[in-house]
Amino acid sequence: MYRILEKRKLNPTVTLMKIEAPAVAKKAEPGQFIILRTDADGERIPLTIADYDRAAGSVTIIFQIVGATTEKLGHMETGDCLCDFVGPLGRATETEGLRKVAVVGGGVGCAIAYPVAKKLFEQGAEVHAVVGFRTKELVILEDEFAAASHRLVKMSDDGSWGEKGLVTDALRGLIESGEVYDEVITIGPLPMMKFVCKLTREYGIKTVASMNPIMIDGTGMCGGCRLTVGGETKFACVDGPEFDGHLIDFDEAIARSSMYKPFERAAHEATCNLFSKEVK
Amino acid sequence: MPNLSPKKNSMPSQDPKLRARNFDEVALGYTAEMAVEEADRCLNCKKQLCVEGCPVGISIPSFIQKVKVGEFEEAYRIISEASSLPAVCGRVCPQESQCEGRCVRGIKGEPVGIGRLERFVADYHNAIAPEAPQKPVSNGRRVAVVGSGPAGLTCAGDLAKRGYDVTVFEALHTAGGVLVYGIPEFRLPKAIVAKEIDTLKALGVRVEVNTVVGKTVSVHELMKEEGFEAVFIGTGAGLPRFMKIPGENLKGVYSANEFLTRVNLMKAYRKDSATPIQHARRVVVVGGGNVAMDAARSALRLGADQVYIVYRRSLDELPAIR
Repeated sequence: MYRILEKRKLNPTVTLMKIEAPAVAKKAEPGQFIILRTDADGERIPLTIADYDRAAGSVTIIFQIVGATTEKLGHMETGDCLCDFVGPLGRATETEGLRKVAVVGGGVGCAIAYPVAKKLFEQGAEVHAVVGFRTKELVILEDEFAAASHRLVKMSDDGSWGEKGLVTDALRGLIESGEVYDEVITIGPLPMMKFVCKLTREYGIKTVASMNPIMIDGTGMCGGCRLTVGGETKFACVDGPEFDGHLIDFDEAIARSSMYKPFERAAHEATCNLFSKEVK
Repeated sequence: MPNLSPKKNSMPSQDPKLRARNFDEVALGYTAEMAVEEADRCLNCKKQLCVEGCPVGISIPSFIQKVKVGEFEEAYRIISEASSLPAVCGRVCPQESQCEGRCVRGIKGEPVGIGRLERFVADYHNAIAPEAPQKPVSNGRRVAVVGSGPAGLTCAGDLAKRGYDVTVFEALHTAGGVLVYGIPEFRLPKAIVAKEIDTLKALGVRVEVNTVVGKTVSVHELMKEEGFEAVFIGTGAGLPRFMKIPGENLKGVYSANEFLTRVNLMKAYRKDSATPIQHARRVVVVGGGNVAMDAARSALRLGADQVYIVYRRSLDELPAIR
């Protein structure tokens, strides 16, 4: 069993959990992910590894409540156990040889961007973090990003936190002001990553995007997480989750990601109703 | 005098109209009387072609002779000498191209229903809930098996019977591999797979789920740090192949592996399942093998009005079992 060692709400819908999983912690690297089930009847959901502590044998996950499973997970408390927790899956972020990098995170994607920024920072690379949220209330990991970057650019859609505008506006500003990056690493909602990649293509800057498609087994067996990269079919679970952003077919990925939206919404509502009944 | 009927004793099954809408097992199995009657069709040949056709060399005529005289437990013991998964193999082994494909009764009529008899014997044994098998004396040697599908489980069972200390590593949360994620409930009930795995556990086999060898732990670590002297890799067919058919990545297009995994392993056919699946009214299955049939039959049972199978050659060349 995989015990919840710590639980912390980062904002109203985003929660951090440290999970006891020594075998996963021993091998985990930034960029990799795990798959978990809350209970024996639960679905398998992939979550990117936000942090790990090999000595303590723990793996940190950060998740946003969007469907029934994340809702259930959000109701679990320190000391509870997850039914299943498998990993680390996928390939680690390639950080070797990078000297100056812009890490562009959006929303809950910042939870995944952070360990990448941290690793680059620790390796001695110059890290510029560009992070965006819809509004101030949803901001996560501000102090962590500040500690793991040489320059932190804060953006919000409504101007309540940092500058008003999109991360792409901020990134364009940096590039136009003369900053020269070896690579841009972007993690966030698909439309955001699509436009970050479109922007960096204009400037010819190599860009890596971290994909988070629908997945079941996470070992290359089912093909549910497939996407088109440079005209080839790739599996995010074993070939990724990070790919050359200039080669990803984002429109296809966006369409595929909406496959179960109605089901997800209905299941989430049903779960919420269940929990609110329990409270009454 | 043997039973000279040219046809196999038919096995009761669910009514086609009814079974097309549920996930319960289609074939219901022989009664003891039916099994004895079918066993009587075996000529107990001197040259045992059926045994030659069996990949694990089950002593087929010997077990059938025991069925003939109603000694079903003895028949089970004979099968178990060679097979670790009789209730599974009796249902989903391709007998028509193996044991039954070589049976002399098949020259003029239908072969002996060896699969049906194996299934009957295994189910009989499991139903009377006998004591767990005796754990063999350990020889103290450790073997790791990667993958808990039919290959891994068979290897684990054979080694455990010889006294090896076997640990099976499985990437998914449930042991059984394709037997649990691929083959549908209506062809192979998952309770039967679980029962066969419990038998292996009683023999001393350990099963570690949620372990992706190569990711969570490496083969090198298993051998150098964890004390396994040998590693059997039974990881199966691996990645599904996509064929660059235009549109194959559109919403609503599944690989058989994904569709069947959602249905079987994740129980998406149940109303209360947490795992979503498309409930389509019109479904096309591309391909004509057994997996295509599993997908088509599952789609029908999920409530589709029309299911089409599209196959590139003629009906006679369709590779699925008839």
